[in-house]
Amino acid sequence: MIDTLRLTAEKAKGMLERKEVSGAELRAAYREAIDARDGELHCFLTLVDEDESDGVPIALKDVISTKGIQTTAGSRILEGYVPVFDSTVAERCKAAGLQLLGKTNTDEFAMGSSTENSAFGPSKNPWDPTRVPGGSGGGSAAAVSAGMAPWALGSDTGGSIKQPSSLCGNVGLRPTYGTVSRFGIVAFASSLDQVGPVTKTVRDNALLYGIISGRDECDSTTVDVPHVELPESDDLRGLRVGVPKELNEAEGIEPGVTEAVRRAIDLCSELGAEVGECELPRSVEYGLACYYLVAPAEASSNLARYDGVRYALRREADGYYEMVSRTRDAGFGDEPKRRIMLGTYALSAGYYEAYYGQAQKVRTVISREFAAAFERFDVLVSPTSPTVAFKLGEKSDNPLAMYLADVLTIPPNMAGLPGLSIPCGLSGGLPVGLQLIGPQFSENTLFRAGHALERAIGFDVVPERLR
Amino acid sequence: MAISREDVLHVAALARLDLTEDEIARLEVQLNDILEAVGKVSELDLSDVPPTSHPLDVVNAFRPDEPRPSLPLDDVFANAPERDGDHFRVPPTGETAA
Amino acid sequence: MAEWEPVVGLEIHVQLKTRTKMFCRCANAYATEPNTHTCPVCLAFPGALPTPNETAIEWTLKLGLALGCDIAPRALFHRKHYPYPDLPKGYQISQYDEPLCVNGSFVVPGDDGDLEVGIVRAHLEEDAAKTIHVGGATGRIVGAAHSNIDFNRGGTPLVEIVTRPDIHSPEQARRFLQLLRQTIVELGISDAEMEKGQLRADANVSVRERSEAGYRTRTELKNMNSFSHIARGIDAEVRRQIATWESGGQVVQQTLDYEVKSDTVTPRRRKEEADDYRYFPEPDLVPIEPDADLLERLRAELPESPGTRIRALVADVGFDQAVDLVATGNEHKARLLVENGLDWPTAANVAMNQLAAIDPLPENGPALVAIIEQRDAITREALMASFADSAAGPLDAEAVLAEQVVADTSELEPLVERVLADSPGQVAAYKGGKQGLLGYFVGQVMKETQGKADPRVVNELVRTKLG
Ligand SMILES: [Mg+2]
Ligand SMILES: [Zn+2]
Repeated sequence: MIDTLRLTAEKAKGMLERKEVSGAELRAAYREAIDARDGELHCFLTLVDEDESDGVPIALKDVISTKGIQTTAGSRILEGYVPVFDSTVAERCKAAGLQLLGKTNTDEFAMGSSTENSAFGPSKNPWDPTRVPGGSGGGSAAAVSAGMAPWALGSDTGGSIKQPSSLCGNVGLRPTYGTVSRFGIVAFASSLDQVGPVTKTVRDNALLYGIISGRDECDSTTVDVPHVELPESDDLRGLRVGVPKELNEAEGIEPGVTEAVRRAIDLCSELGAEVGECELPRSVEYGLACYYLVAPAEASSNLARYDGVRYALRREADGYYEMVSRTRDAGFGDEPKRRIMLGTYALSAGYYEAYYGQAQKVRTVISREFAAAFERFDVLVSPTSPTVAFKLGEKSDNPLAMYLADVLTIPPNMAGLPGLSIPCGLSGGLPVGLQLIGPQFSENTLFRAGHALERAIGFDVVPERLR
Repeated sequence: MAISREDVLHVAALARLDLTEDEIARLEVQLNDILEAVGKVSELDLSDVPPTSHPLDVVNAFRPDEPRPSLPLDDVFANAPERDGDHFRVPPTGETAA
Repeated sequence: MAEWEPVVGLEIHVQLKTRTKMFCRCANAYATEPNTHTCPVCLAFPGALPTPNETAIEWTLKLGLALGCDIAPRALFHRKHYPYPDLPKGYQISQYDEPLCVNGSFVVPGDDGDLEVGIVRAHLEEDAAKTIHVGGATGRIVGAAHSNIDFNRGGTPLVEIVTRPDIHSPEQARRFLQLLRQTIVELGISDAEMEKGQLRADANVSVRERSEAGYRTRTELKNMNSFSHIARGIDAEVRRQIATWESGGQVVQQTLDYEVKSDTVTPRRRKEEADDYRYFPEPDLVPIEPDADLLERLRAELPESPGTRIRALVADVGFDQAVDLVATGNEHKARLLVENGLDWPTAANVAMNQLAAIDPLPENGPALVAIIEQRDAITREALMASFADSAAGPLDAEAVLAEQVVADTSELEPLVERVLADSPGQVAAYKGGKQGLLGYFVGQVMKETQGKADPRVVNELVRTKLG
């Protein structure tokens, strides 16, 4: 009997290598878990019945193009769209022998923090199905947490890997911008989008990051990455850990979250790290505003290609231009429309300098603040999300309140920095995530720190109600 | 910098969205709220700060001028809403970019 | 009555003949079957990303250097948004405020001195696809039943060259374009054939009184597909603007199409105020910083400029002939003949006439010259045939001389009269000083006799009749 709730990808890989289990048996076990729990949790948009590969199973967020398998990005406008090519990350998973279980739910075009913006209905949090799993990669995070996949890939623009990982009790890495190919990823905001692993352990995370990362000739913005090391060490000796005041004291952080994070910071000292305070005054104060100009602007441009001509949805009309506007109005949900409108406005004549141009300068300010902090520290820590999982529907009528869910993940993202979220405890029975931020290309350091903390914290990743 | 109903209509035209009356009314309110919040960026005097359009410090990423096979026509049209022979068919257009 | 001066700036688009398209690896070649040179990138499938063609960038730099431009130390691609069906992404990747080449100048020799045309910029972008209007009475847009899109051309590398408004006559515009085209052809970066759309030019036209310092409102003239149409279009628009000002009216800024048949300009129907390009830096691409060694190499490969070469030839062949030789690319043919002993005027004449259509020219210079020296004694057919053969070896003079020549004045005289009567416009132009038209009349007579007339006799007859 395979306990998919506890099985890590690393263990599954070992079992396969030692022939203790076959790929088909593994697949069957996860399918059984999906059959048992996905009715309630709605993590998958498309299930894959068979795959050429027979290695460790994986689930992919539905913004990741998979040849021959529907890829919707959670949107009506792409319903029924079946890519004729694989994204580079899907190709690399295949090359590593990973078998695809299915495509996971996402906020439409990855725009959201709760998965409630999916055109195909929300996913639920395995710890409490009346609550959201976070977003936009709620489907991937909830699937891993509920034992429906040993690991999964998400994509993170403002926090869509880190935040749902935090809310579901997973390990989520948003890698350094440019380390993982975006080729074949349905684009949201090109200068921010980054694919990364959602896993049960930090070692699994490093394993999967090793598979998907590295320069891709199909993505001009990728670079070669340092060799990925599987973390071994139990201590944090020699590591300088910075605690940015603003990221830890931001308005809206729940006391239970602060408490769990505080305990983790104390553990850092106990494990031998040097812990000190630092400041990121403008990054936190202006990060969110900066993000909500840059990301919608790029999104308005990236979503211009959905015109009813070459793929997916089309609404008929007598003339071309009417056909396009009708198709787009019918195909996009409220959140993409809101962001397309906001982004178009921010780029339009007369407003560019005040909005988009200014936001790009704020981005420079944020990068400089982080660079200064990294002169003194190797890693910065903070909560990943200001809150634990919130109730379904709680914020869905208030876009601005929803946007605040990413207030702590956005600042490092604006600077292209890697961030790892690991579970650091419970608050009110729900997982709290600790965000570890490093300089660009410092994934190995994050894995090392995350691994040591993970061991010391001893968090049980299986949701209480499923144990 | 309040956004008016006319602004909403103008932006919707640029964005090629045939919004309903409901949507127009709702977006007018929401965009005003959001713009007020994001307008915060203009509080900072950043006249001497260069813009960051790309988070990585990389330049000159080129590829060689060597052809690869194009898609077979079946793949080209695999997801096409409407096909006319080997063309993508659309309702009549007014003008082209050429 | 005021004396009016036309003020013209040109905007030229040149398709580069690289092997692949600008941002994808589809073949950049004419295809008879629609949509066969397409891929996820040039069809803008979700998740596809552009990768820039290194050769296209080098060639743009080379052209920029040939135009005397400064090469930007750092250049960026931007997105330029348009709503057209032939732009599948909804935007064109182009260059905006940081183009590759700026501030050049291009010398166009004139019989009364050199005209220096400033080059504002030369930048690299991608061409649009093609929309075909189907059905409807005339096949034109109005009444079209539907439109079809062929994406084969979409993504062809396109260099855009913008001149300063330094051109002051239709004739200068034509000569500028001829010499620019020749430069491009000699650089080997494009065939620049206007009838194939490989070179396209729009004109910004205004007029002012000779004494005026500033500029008046200009119009943008499009849809001209040959050098002579461009000259005629500018001429028509200049006349219209002068008439407008002189009748107390105002010239309005607008885009116009030149209609060849009626020799008039008509405003475009679409409202221009709908344009808002919403430029912003293309986040899928990284900046270009041209390498100093590369620029050094490209500079060394440049041919001497047409202006310099024309100036050098004037002493040998006169100004008109010098321009014609260089602008038509027949200069090297004349040079080969001169190197093998022919005098310059004869060499120029033969290069511009009998040898004009022979491409490539046989390298056997002595044989060519031997044939040319006997050209009065043989028919045109025999002459052409022997030119074509001359690559193989020296001329078989006897065989050539066996052909008959029509040299009887009484037989040719009526023909010459008829040709002159049929071309009143050209006759007037000749009498007005366009000596270069002599060749045209001779050519017509030669055509009438299927090349059997003795060109020297015809020449003499025409000269006498016109004298
Ligand atoms: Mg252009
Ligand atoms: Zn292509």
